[in-house]
Amino acid sequence: MSIIVQNISKSYKTKKAVENVSFEVKKGEIFGLIGPDGAGKTTLFRILTTLLKANEGNASVLGFDVIKDYKSIRSSVGYMPGKFSLYQDLTVEENLTFFATLFGTSIEENYDLIKEIYIQIEPFKKRRAGALSGGMKQKLALCCALIHAPKVLFLDEPTTGVDPISRKEFWEMLKRLQQKGITILVSTPYMDEASLCDRIALIQNGLLLKIDSPENITKNYDKVIYDVSTKNRHKLIHDLKNYPSQYSVYTFGEYIHYIDKQMKFNLEELLQYLKDKNHTEIEIKTAIVTIEDVFMDL
Amino acid sequence: MKRFIGFIRKEFYHIFRDKRSLFILFGMPIAQILLFGFAITNEINNVDIAILDHSNDVETQKIINKIKSSPYFKIENQIHNEKDIEAEFKKGKIKAVLIFEPNFSKNLVTKKVATLQTVTDATEPNVASTIANYTTALIQNYQLQKKQYNNQIKVQVQSRMFYNPELKSVFNFVPGVMTIILMLVSAMMTSISITREKELGTMEILLVSPIKPFQVIIGKVFPYIFLSIINAIIILILGFFVFGMPINGSLFLLLFESILFIISALSLGILISTISDSQQTAMMLSLMGLMLPVILLSGFIFPIKSMPIPMQLISNIIPAKWFIIIIKAIMLKGVSIQYIWKETLILIGMTVFFITLSIKKYKIRLE
Repeated sequence: MSIIVQNISKSYKTKKAVENVSFEVKKGEIFGLIGPDGAGKTTLFRILTTLLKANEGNASVLGFDVIKDYKSIRSSVGYMPGKFSLYQDLTVEENLTFFATLFGTSIEENYDLIKEIYIQIEPFKKRRAGALSGGMKQKLALCCALIHAPKVLFLDEPTTGVDPISRKEFWEMLKRLQQKGITILVSTPYMDEASLCDRIALIQNGLLLKIDSPENITKNYDKVIYDVSTKNRHKLIHDLKNYPSQYSVYTFGEYIHYIDKQMKFNLEELLQYLKDKNHTEIEIKTAIVTIEDVFMDL
Repeated sequence: MKRFIGFIRKEFYHIFRDKRSLFILFGMPIAQILLFGFAITNEINNVDIAILDHSNDVETQKIINKIKSSPYFKIENQIHNEKDIEAEFKKGKIKAVLIFEPNFSKNLVTKKVATLQTVTDATEPNVASTIANYTTALIQNYQLQKKQYNNQIKVQVQSRMFYNPELKSVFNFVPGVMTIILMLVSAMMTSISITREKELGTMEILLVSPIKPFQVIIGKVFPYIFLSIINAIIILILGFFVFGMPINGSLFLLLFESILFIISALSLGILISTISDSQQTAMMLSLMGLMLPVILLSGFIFPIKSMPIPMQLISNIIPAKWFIIIIKAIMLKGVSIQYIWKETLILIGMTVFFITLSIKKYKIRLE
């Protein structure tokens, strides 16, 4: 096990940030912490990177205790905080050199590890980090976190504020790093990124709600979800919410997701109901369950 | 060691790429020393005065000519009536009126005493009292000359000002400004540079790395020691060449004491950074918590001896007070270490105390 978290609780003054959280991350795994802003993801990262002390519970990284052996953890993990935390007034190259010397290594020594990422930003190596685009910044931050060849990588919301193409590229890089044996703990508010992890933990209001592989989480979802669409979308939401046996109604892309309370749900009745409400171009079909749907139901 | 050098190199990048901090570092010392040296001064020059001469005889003309020829006063006009004095003051141009009594020369010969009255506009008390002193000095000088002719030898009180015979305010301001600037640059700049790392979040990465707290602190402080020494030298050069400030003692000792003071100021800066979370707080704390005491309680502007006892006691914990005593002694009196070892020891003690405290208070975690 690379990371072990046992019954961790943490509160700031009166506000509880994380409550009785336990999970384990296997060696070489990409483990995702999925949850909205303020769910407690960053607090967990800070506890594991020894930046914060938990009020209760134990945690260890690479077998080192986060309190007692904090120095050993600090020199063997890579950490990319949520906020872009490099020196904006230093160039790309100077940032990388600085972080290499900080960990007592050099760019050349671990160039193999960062090569694929670095060649994308190398044309801008004389540019100040503050002048880079969001995606470039994240790539540079990843390079800096990787330059000392850490065994565990902590990435706190690495793709927030990054364009979809850069996000996709970023995840491809993570997959390649995983193949090199690096354990990755990553957090994200984007549900679509959850399916790219080996296992995920759904977290909300400081509580861990579910831990499993993304496939199992969607497969084990016990309700049927319907994609519904009609010409008048706004009226549709209103009418579906007033349908007697409705369980849950929410927008999902171009469709409205509808879940019914009854096990024996009659599609025809709903169709007739919508027709009576003067809806046209009615379309109802079974939807593929996604992580987001599971999350909405928690 | 390589890690440490890398850290210092990064600090220098920060300093040289930030136009604002460069300006504070080098622009301010020059501006302040010139400002204090030229504008804010207790000396008077070319003060406009008026004469009310009731006798208009040989002796009064002699005195008036003497006043005219001095660089301190400019005779703006002659008035002829006591009633006009207030009217002249109200116009605001003249600062003083010299009044000769009627029959000035005659009285001087017959009664051996003649009266000359100085009326000053005391809305600016310092200027007023300086004018009064200067005129007294001029008249005394005149009397002295006169006595030489008359061969009447009388006991004459002569005061001599040691170390600063002309009572030049520059001799007070150069050490004072140097103290303020070294304090400001050292303490404010380090506290800002450490809190900037906190604000930008880079402190998080520094913490999650093998670099040790004392390495971060020394790495932060080192560039500023270097730059502050350059600053001290600039101030000394300006003081010496522009204002004729003497350096009678050993230059080496002066630099050593300056470095000691710089380090104590830097450690105060680190202490400030440990209790502030934003650059703004750090700046306000440095300004209010350090600058004001340095200006008010160090003896730079207000003499410590004339403060109430509690204030005098408080002034003892201000490093700047000791530093001003030390550098004045070196520059003006030319003393060696044996006369100022006590003050030096106090400064060393304070520095060690602040450094230990700031390393102890440096947080190894975020809270």
